[in-house]
Amino acid sequence: MDFMNWLNALPGAAAQGMIWGIMAIGVYVTYKILDMADLTVDGSMVTGMATCAMLMASGWSVWPSMLISILAGMLTGLVTGIFHTVMGIPAILSGILTQLILWSANLKIMGKANQALPARSFNVLLTQLRKYEAIVYLIVICIVLIAVLYWFFGTRYGMSIRATGCNAKMSRAQGINTNKNKVVGLAISNGIVAFAGALLAQYSGKADINDGRGAIVIGLAAVIIGEAIVSRMGQNFIIRLTGVLVGGIIYYIVYQTVIFIGLDTDLLKMLSALVVAIFLAVPNMKKKYFSKAHKRAKEAA
Amino acid sequence: MLELNNITKIFNADTVNEKIALNDLSLTLNDGDFVTVIGGNGAGKSTLLNAIAGTFPIDEGTVTIDGANITKLPEYKRARFIGRVFQDPMTGTAADMWIEENMAIAMRRGRSRGMQWAIKDSERRVYRDMLKTLDLGLEDRLSTKVGLLSGGQRQAITLLMASMNKPKLLLLDEHTAALDPKTAAKVLDITNNIVNENKLTTLMITHNMRDAIRLGNRLIMMHEGKIIYEASGEEKQKLEVSDLMALFSKASSGEFANDRMLLS
Repeated sequence: MDFMNWLNALPGAAAQGMIWGIMAIGVYVTYKILDMADLTVDGSMVTGMATCAMLMASGWSVWPSMLISILAGMLTGLVTGIFHTVMGIPAILSGILTQLILWSANLKIMGKANQALPARSFNVLLTQLRKYEAIVYLIVICIVLIAVLYWFFGTRYGMSIRATGCNAKMSRAQGINTNKNKVVGLAISNGIVAFAGALLAQYSGKADINDGRGAIVIGLAAVIIGEAIVSRMGQNFIIRLTGVLVGGIIYYIVYQTVIFIGLDTDLLKMLSALVVAIFLAVPNMKKKYFSKAHKRAKEAA
Repeated sequence: MLELNNITKIFNADTVNEKIALNDLSLTLNDGDFVTVIGGNGAGKSTLLNAIAGTFPIDEGTVTIDGANITKLPEYKRARFIGRVFQDPMTGTAADMWIEENMAIAMRRGRSRGMQWAIKDSERRVYRDMLKTLDLGLEDRLSTKVGLLSGGQRQAITLLMASMNKPKLLLLDEHTAALDPKTAAKVLDITNNIVNENKLTTLMITHNMRDAIRLGNRLIMMHEGKIIYEASGEEKQKLEVSDLMALFSKASSGEFANDRMLLS
């Protein structure tokens, strides 16, 4: 492994990592705040990419294109939310169904399996051709996003969404429409994910139907890494969201490093999934083998 | 105030597990009534409270509060009128949220939840004063996660939350049953204070017959989804635990009262 090459690839990895970190913040909204694993993201990520790429390719400017991408993403969350709350389908299955719907929908949006969005021909906000500029833009975007979410989840309404995820029974007893809140939460989450998709399409100069595959695993990995980093830094929401963002960056740098080492790229998704599986297992293992009860039983034996 | 007209609730209808939890039950509560509810396991006490709160739809009958028919209203909309405390201390509060956040959520019960910042300093002072009345030292721990508190502390906070904005009706579902005797007594004291100070119309399920006699102005005994005995005023004051035991044995046609009843 050529260390200098690796070092040169770092800014690119950081920029891509930040985009995936933004997606992971979307995952955080469902996974941590609503306590729900939402598999829609594999589809809504591509919906964001495809919508942005198609609009820009047809002459729209960048900000309206991104806005429509976000709305498209929110719509995907709405579909999952309606499957789950109105139709009573378990959350995980609702997400899988929407994901499959989006596979077709995304193909229809693009009319083909991929759409090029070369930065030389289009006035994109950020591109891998100008990595440092992209990083600056992304930092500003992340600060604004985290600030908006901090404000939103601190409002009366935002707090009722947090309560919904924390204790639905208590929430209903306190007059909170938990079904509505779940739908709204899913819409917000997938809006953020699609936003990340719109950024990624610009950065990488293309949208591809396969780009969203495994997005949920990357998101979960970033959330888990983020939690591990900031768990000792208090419960502040801003710190937690920043942690998720940093989690995304770390994930992507590790990912790039593994590629650099020369690992078979066919195995990357398997490795990602296994790493997430291990990290998800750690809290359970801790409870099982390192609890006081277990130690006592061991001493007694 | 509260009117229950011939309500029936059947679980697992048309199966071998069919259970008539509420059987053509009618009950009227007047403003300020504090009614204690007793009865064996499976008598339908919790089902009664859940039917009023709207946890599930009832099969027949109507629920009316202050003349408004709320039978078809979803649970979260009924919360405007109703405060609730549950048996399990984990149920009534959001464990991962702070004390003040939990209280802020309860403060908006039955009111709109807009985009205003959820907790203002003036509200924080109100919460602190309310917590002070509990005398549990919680007023200095506003930003402590509720999940870190003991069961008794959580039930006390849930009581505060349930009584905020003076609900028309307070439903207490064996809310001291999961606590140790000393804590249970303390929470019951707090309950009595809150109910009396706010003159809340209250339905309280308890398995402790002494409490059932001592607290409140009315007492009802349930059996197999019906109210089989009711006492109020002086008649209630003069009740002895042995009277209730006798009534209960008679109702269950000589069957032994279940052990929970015997212990009390």
